[in-house]
Amino acid sequence: MKFSEQWLREWVNPNIGSQELMDQITMAGLEVDGFEPVAGEFSGVVVGEVQSVEPHPDADKLRVCQVSDGEQTVQVVCGAPNVRPGLKVPFAVVGAVLPGNFKIKKAKLRGQPSEGMLCSESELALSDNHEGLMELPGDAPVGQDMADYLKLNDITIDVDLTPNRSDCLSIKGIAREVGVLNSLVVTEPTIEPVEAVHSEVPDIRVEAPAGCPRYLGRVLRNVNLKAETPLWMQEKLRRSGIRSIDAAVDVTNYVMLELGQPMHAFDRDEISGGIIVRMAKPAEKLVLLDGQEVELTEDTLVIADHEKPIAIAGVMGGEHSGVSEKTRDLVLESAYFDPITLAGKARHYGLHTDASHRFERGVDYKLARDAMERATELLMNIVGGEPGEIVEVASDEHLPADRTIDLREQRLADVLGMAIDRTTVEEILTRLGLHIDKLLKDGWRISVPSFRPDITIEEDLIEEVGRIYGYNNLPVTEPTGSLGLVARQEAKRPVSAIRNYFVAQGYQEAVTYSFVDPKVQKLVDPERDGIALANPISADLSVMRTTLWSGLLKTVAYNQNRQQPRIRLFETGLRFEQDGERIDQQPMLAGVVVGGQYPENWANGRRTADFFDVKGELEGLFRLLGIEVQFVASQHPALHPGQTAELMREGEHVGWLGTLHPQVQKNLELNGTILMFELFLNSIVTGYVPNFKEISKFPEVRRDLAIIIGSDVAFADVERVARKHAGERLTALRAFDVYEGESLGEGNRSLALSLFWQHPERTLNEDEVHSLFNGVIDALKEELGATLRS
Amino acid sequence: MENLEQLVQDGLSAVESADSLQALDQIRVEYLGKKGVITQQAKTLGKLSPEERPAAGQKINEAKGQVEQAINARRTELEKAAIEAKLASESIDVTLPGRGQDLGGLHPVTRTLQRIEEIFSRAGYSVEQGPEIEDDYHNFEALNIPGHHPARAMHDTFYFNPGTLLRTHTSPVQIRTMEAGKPPFRMICPGRVYRCDSDMTHTPMFHQVEGLLVEKNVSFADLKSTVEEFLRVFFERDLEVRFRPSYFPFTEPSAEVDIEWGREADGSIKWLEVMGCGMVHPKVFEYCGIDAEEYRGFAFGLGVERLAMLRYGVNDLRMFFENDLRFLRQFR
Repeated sequence: MKFSEQWLREWVNPNIGSQELMDQITMAGLEVDGFEPVAGEFSGVVVGEVQSVEPHPDADKLRVCQVSDGEQTVQVVCGAPNVRPGLKVPFAVVGAVLPGNFKIKKAKLRGQPSEGMLCSESELALSDNHEGLMELPGDAPVGQDMADYLKLNDITIDVDLTPNRSDCLSIKGIAREVGVLNSLVVTEPTIEPVEAVHSEVPDIRVEAPAGCPRYLGRVLRNVNLKAETPLWMQEKLRRSGIRSIDAAVDVTNYVMLELGQPMHAFDRDEISGGIIVRMAKPAEKLVLLDGQEVELTEDTLVIADHEKPIAIAGVMGGEHSGVSEKTRDLVLESAYFDPITLAGKARHYGLHTDASHRFERGVDYKLARDAMERATELLMNIVGGEPGEIVEVASDEHLPADRTIDLREQRLADVLGMAIDRTTVEEILTRLGLHIDKLLKDGWRISVPSFRPDITIEEDLIEEVGRIYGYNNLPVTEPTGSLGLVARQEAKRPVSAIRNYFVAQGYQEAVTYSFVDPKVQKLVDPERDGIALANPISADLSVMRTTLWSGLLKTVAYNQNRQQPRIRLFETGLRFEQDGERIDQQPMLAGVVVGGQYPENWANGRRTADFFDVKGELEGLFRLLGIEVQFVASQHPALHPGQTAELMREGEHVGWLGTLHPQVQKNLELNGTILMFELFLNSIVTGYVPNFKEISKFPEVRRDLAIIIGSDVAFADVERVARKHAGERLTALRAFDVYEGESLGEGNRSLALSLFWQHPERTLNEDEVHSLFNGVIDALKEELGATLRS
Repeated sequence: MENLEQLVQDGLSAVESADSLQALDQIRVEYLGKKGVITQQAKTLGKLSPEERPAAGQKINEAKGQVEQAINARRTELEKAAIEAKLASESIDVTLPGRGQDLGGLHPVTRTLQRIEEIFSRAGYSVEQGPEIEDDYHNFEALNIPGHHPARAMHDTFYFNPGTLLRTHTSPVQIRTMEAGKPPFRMICPGRVYRCDSDMTHTPMFHQVEGLLVEKNVSFADLKSTVEEFLRVFFERDLEVRFRPSYFPFTEPSAEVDIEWGREADGSIKWLEVMGCGMVHPKVFEYCGIDAEEYRGFAFGLGVERLAMLRYGVNDLRMFFENDLRFLRQFR
């Protein structure tokens, strides 16, 4: 809501400066977004009168004018098309400075001397209208300083109102607030009923009373719409951000700004039969004032005549029934439309109007008649005309009910944290226009005025008192509460521990968007469809991620394009999957690694990270979490078929580790060998609580063996077989060397293992270790076709 | 016996000139070994009278002692020199950089979130999570934002279908927490939120922290202290905080919170909006089955990126989600 400070001060004029005034209303909850002067900075501009206009001897488009500044008449060369004798215009005399520090000097234009300049609105930074000179009214006093004449010592204040404060979408509402804040009486214009001089009344039928509980119409005959809106009104409108159109539109806008009631004027001759307020019929069409044709939906409330819709109620009028210079008779509309019926309708048609903005938030449901009288009076002052009676159609059952609310003194003190004395409370409420119906023994019975639809419960009244008293004048106390302890599961590690682990391993945490490019996602997770947004911000952010890899790989590309060869990233967050009717939202942990395993330096060398680097880091994580996870050779469509492990915990799938498939990598235009993992966080965060076991005092025995075995036999199988035959006293089994070479023959490799045995209660004797060891060797030979390496 | 003195002199000079431990050992054998030249002098004692023997024997022992002492001293010297030589040969350039993994870092949003979580959990607030794909009921309806409410237009919601959406704030976690438990409540909910808006100062995804405290006796004054203390603890500065009346459908009274952030040209405080807060709306309690006459509560919500930008001086919101390593590395 934009308004002129001067206009506000006509209603209520506290003895404080502009800045203080703006701070005050901001702190009352009407946040001032900004302000700007109503005109550019200029000096030396006066009301001038054009006395004569002669053609320029050497230029077709220029004219030589004699202009009076009230004291003398000087020659001015002017190119504006609307310059004419008798015209009063802003006249920048020699020595004037116009906005932008433009100095007016004596000059010659095509040989003709020119002393000063006649100005357009844009040259004074009043508006961006530069089509011709600004025309001043005939009674403008020649020679008066323009800044004084237009009262330009004014600012436009822009208040960003919260949606509950529809009452402040008018000068009247803001003045009320300023009055309360400064304990001042607000001066309202007197509104008197305008007497009818003829008996013609509009025929009004309201068929949709729920949407339109109140509708007022009045006929104003024989108006002269060629009459110009007075400058004071044009200026007030302009300073409130509204352009002057014609007297009828200007007056309805003026009343809307002044009182908060949006109105509309129809050309009576274009209304066929009478006015019907009803819901739109299927496929009905209407050409709006802005020229666009809309097809109305059946949930749209319209103003219609007996043939067709003529306006979308509370949003915008139709072009056909709109007023024009030729209009002789008007029908004025002032109505209360139901906010819920109008909610979202303007937006549905791609519109947002001053009227819809107000009706959707709730207009004072008792204001329509006053607004009609006010508009009639203002309009008749400009365009003349003969008013008829007001016709009012109202449905009490559909109008908002008048509310009374009890405010308890104790509750007020409890919620605000402080008792405010009764007289202060009563003064605040009364000045806000709330009426104290009755003093109760524990508080007040308040009736809420029709202009405050936002006040419906006791808390709303408490807020009003707190807000005007000043939140910053309320005390500051520390809350008290129970000090009960909260359960904490020791075996479950916080996600922060996992993040810190990866940070220590050299990973940088990334946070990527939860919606991703469907093309990228199709590449990394071709078997699942991401849930699509109905209204994405762009195509490349249009489906929900089914894996965190989509975002991480894009991040790799982003950084590779910025000369970052070594990238180690991890992310935690939800992935989304449609699971029948429900949506599965799983917290994941994912990472990508590309480039050197260690930062390149003299000691680290330049070794590129490989599968086993990342596997080792994950194994470290699992130890941190206290869980056992198996890495099982497997296949994943986005991963290298020979370098993919499915991660299993107690038989349950918990994630993937692998190298990005070279083809996918190429499609994503990424460089290097890219290792990736993704884990279900919920499946890995809970481990165990340690359980002490006695430390054996007896020596540990170690035996090493080297076998030659088929390369297709997994180490996991070797380990399984060895453990099966190594007996219960085996404490550890390690592979300390893996070798493949020609000497072993095609398809073979050599594995060197260490086995460790220890007994908790005695020293193991040589014979039993020997027999277990041989048992392991025999089993490896028989079950896996291994041979001992000599 | 002149011979003995000569032998001692010879021995001492040999010890003096020994340049290695082996050479020294040889000298020891030569003079003091079983067949050593000084040891051999003992044989001459037999030729002496019993009266002369003790004095002569003592002389021989003294001679042995003299040479032995010299050998020991020389050995210590040589050993020390050997250690010094070894140490000298083992010296390294300690200024070369170390070996091993570099340190990574947390994302600045996480860093900020963890800080916020730590501050509140120390005051007994639990940390709650909720779904990001939400239903209309929890995101709007139960927060007193019915379908026609103009506040919905302020939210720029991403929809999947009319009833399913990406949560526009973390406030639905308030509802879920209250639905699932019994008062009192003291919780915060950090997380991702989404708005269909993208420009210089908006990203379609960002992070919020929602806070909720429900007790039998809690007031706006308590809310003020919680918010003020939080901001001072977070920024580690005694900054000015002000509460400006505002509007959220799910709190009443409601306030926006501004902090002092520099000064205007005229010396007045430059205020910066950082949070929203208020007393839980009775309607919200009603939706969650809590008696608003028995319990009162306050709630607050803050934008994590906003706080991170202020705290770390980041000047472009969008950088948080570009994940440029050169940006991220500055927060480790």
